[in-house]
Amino acid sequence: MELVNLFVRSIFIENMIFAYFLGMCSYLAVSKTVKTAVGLGAAVIFVLVVTVPINFLLDTYLLRPGALSWLGAEFKDVDLSFLSFIMFIAVIASMVQLVEMVVEKFAPALYGALGIFLPLIAVNCAILGGSLFMQQKNFLGISEAVTYGLGSGIGWFLAILAIAAIREKIAYSNVPAPLKGLGITFIITGLMALGFMSFMGIKL
Amino acid sequence: MEEKGVQKTNSNGYTFMFAIILVVVVASVLAFTATSLQPTQRENVRQEKMQNILATVGIETDRPGAKVLYDKYIIEQLALNSEGDVDESVDAFEVDLSKELKKDDDKQIFPLYIAEVEGEKYYILPLRGNGLWNAIFGYISLKDDINTVKGATFDHVGETPGLGAEITKEWFREAFADEKVLDENGNMVGVSVVKGNNGPSKDDNKVDAISGATITGDGVSDMISERLKRYIPYFKKQGDIKVAIK
Amino acid sequence: MAKEKIHEASKAEEKKQEMILFLSDSEEKEHFLSKGNRKLLTDPLDDNNPITVQVLGICSALAITVQLEPALVMAIAVMGVMAFSNMIISMLRNLIPSRIRIIVQLVIVASLVILVDQILRAYAYDVSKQLSVFVGLIITNCIVMGRLEAFALGNGVYKSFLDGIGNAAGYGLILVIVAFFRELLGSGKLFGFEVLGHQGSTAAESTGLYAFGYENNGLMLLSPMALIVVGLLIWAQRARNRTLIEEN
Repeated sequence: MELVNLFVRSIFIENMIFAYFLGMCSYLAVSKTVKTAVGLGAAVIFVLVVTVPINFLLDTYLLRPGALSWLGAEFKDVDLSFLSFIMFIAVIASMVQLVEMVVEKFAPALYGALGIFLPLIAVNCAILGGSLFMQQKNFLGISEAVTYGLGSGIGWFLAILAIAAIREKIAYSNVPAPLKGLGITFIITGLMALGFMSFMGIKL
Repeated sequence: MEEKGVQKTNSNGYTFMFAIILVVVVASVLAFTATSLQPTQRENVRQEKMQNILATVGIETDRPGAKVLYDKYIIEQLALNSEGDVDESVDAFEVDLSKELKKDDDKQIFPLYIAEVEGEKYYILPLRGNGLWNAIFGYISLKDDINTVKGATFDHVGETPGLGAEITKEWFREAFADEKVLDENGNMVGVSVVKGNNGPSKDDNKVDAISGATITGDGVSDMISERLKRYIPYFKKQGDIKVAIK
Repeated sequence: MAKEKIHEASKAEEKKQEMILFLSDSEEKEHFLSKGNRKLLTDPLDDNNPITVQVLGICSALAITVQLEPALVMAIAVMGVMAFSNMIISMLRNLIPSRIRIIVQLVIVASLVILVDQILRAYAYDVSKQLSVFVGLIITNCIVMGRLEAFALGNGVYKSFLDGIGNAAGYGLILVIVAFFRELLGSGKLFGFEVLGHQGSTAAESTGLYAFGYENNGLMLLSPMALIVVGLLIWAQRARNRTLIEEN
């Protein structure tokens, strides 16, 4: 039940895009057509599901104060938490690289479809954000970390899918010239975020 | 020269060497800064905690001044187990509630701070619960009838500024003073945050909510009643306290 | 032992090359604030603004614009990180093996961000609490990486430094403008001071604008309004400078 709650929260209430604006750069750049949006969204889900649990393990057994106590009592006071940013980003960058190689080798068709989006994910704020929020939330076990990663990924996927669909349609609308493109996308995203706020307070 | 440079920077050995040097340099710079700044950072956190504890009994101070006043006014720090007995092996000040809350009920440690200000004795209980976005926490102090609230402080991780985050503001905190935590039958009900509680009554276990922050307010209510109940076994065991708790 | 010696030798060599690079840059004939260099600073403020034109670095920007103070601190932190990461990458630009270029950039940016975070925690504890995870997110702020790739890898140290300052200022400008409107309209304050008067619980207790029945717009405090304010800013900018209008 806790997990379902966390899952729903991370998709709708704490949506990476609509609540925290994370991953906005690629969200704006790659949302012109639904097809590319789906590709990038799927890649983000995958990378989040992999990196959040890995970073959770790193944080629990290596970085946080007292995490090294499994090595022996003398390591009880070691606090490596200042290294967490660099460790997280290293894990993310290497995971993205690894995913890229695996996909290229075993699923060339998918690789072609995702194209340049895969390497872009390394600098997607939503990915690092996922790990940093995970650290802040003090998760108890790895199942929570996996759920959170999956939920945030799906939330991001939904957001980019929705905006891409709207942008495809809005191309035919008569938007004031200076507002075309970027401006109207910002405003629509804002309105969508207001809509998503109605999910607040849902408790499972 | 340019061509030579390109060739050189593409060889495996060079790449490897470059990576090693980079890692060594970066690691040593970071380790040096982190270790040299760590005492200041820890002190900040400790001072803030002392500051918050003191604020509940009406002693406002800035962070650097907190330590001296804390030593002066806080006469006891107890770590209680779920039976209400004091666990001597634990330093109450260092207990991390966020970790305790995740343990089973009977394994948790409940810190309790006892202050003496101008001859009056106050019991200060740390609080922790969930707001809308993330954890909220704080301290509440009770007078020695274990019924009347002396004061409360709240803080949060990520509530909405201007809405939920208003719980840290003075006007919200002040409303808690003199409220009762027991209902008329002596049941521990805490203090609820309720919309439109404009009446000045201090006996109804209610304070006025922040408009637009219902969920954060509910979080505060839940956190207070949940935490206070945990200390009932301890208060019942104190013979010298005349308590009406059922 | 031998390995260590090689280590040291290559380290020394690296230092020497760094020095040469550094010197050769500052020996450029251009005046320190020549027209070209000035452009590096002023362009990103308007015509080439990283947020409204280049569409970079929106991620970490908007969640902290509800009040002016954290927005300003964030802008300064980004400026520090950008100026120094641009400088360092520019110094090393002929030494970085191209295959591990991205990861080297990430490592350098990440370490600078850690430094900023540690310093904030030690000396500006209250602000660092407000910024929470958003300091860490400077690492993946696309502006930083974007400018490293687009500018610092191909330009001299001094120019890269200016480029970093300029782009961070352009980013900070938007942050501060958004925060200005949100704090003013949302809570009637600027930097925490009640500039519109004091709102009491009744009209009689209120002063300033509130005495005439003015009320704060709570909507401005909600995060979606940050996006809408930026959208309106883009509208205003492009209405003034029509060359920026997108075709589609």
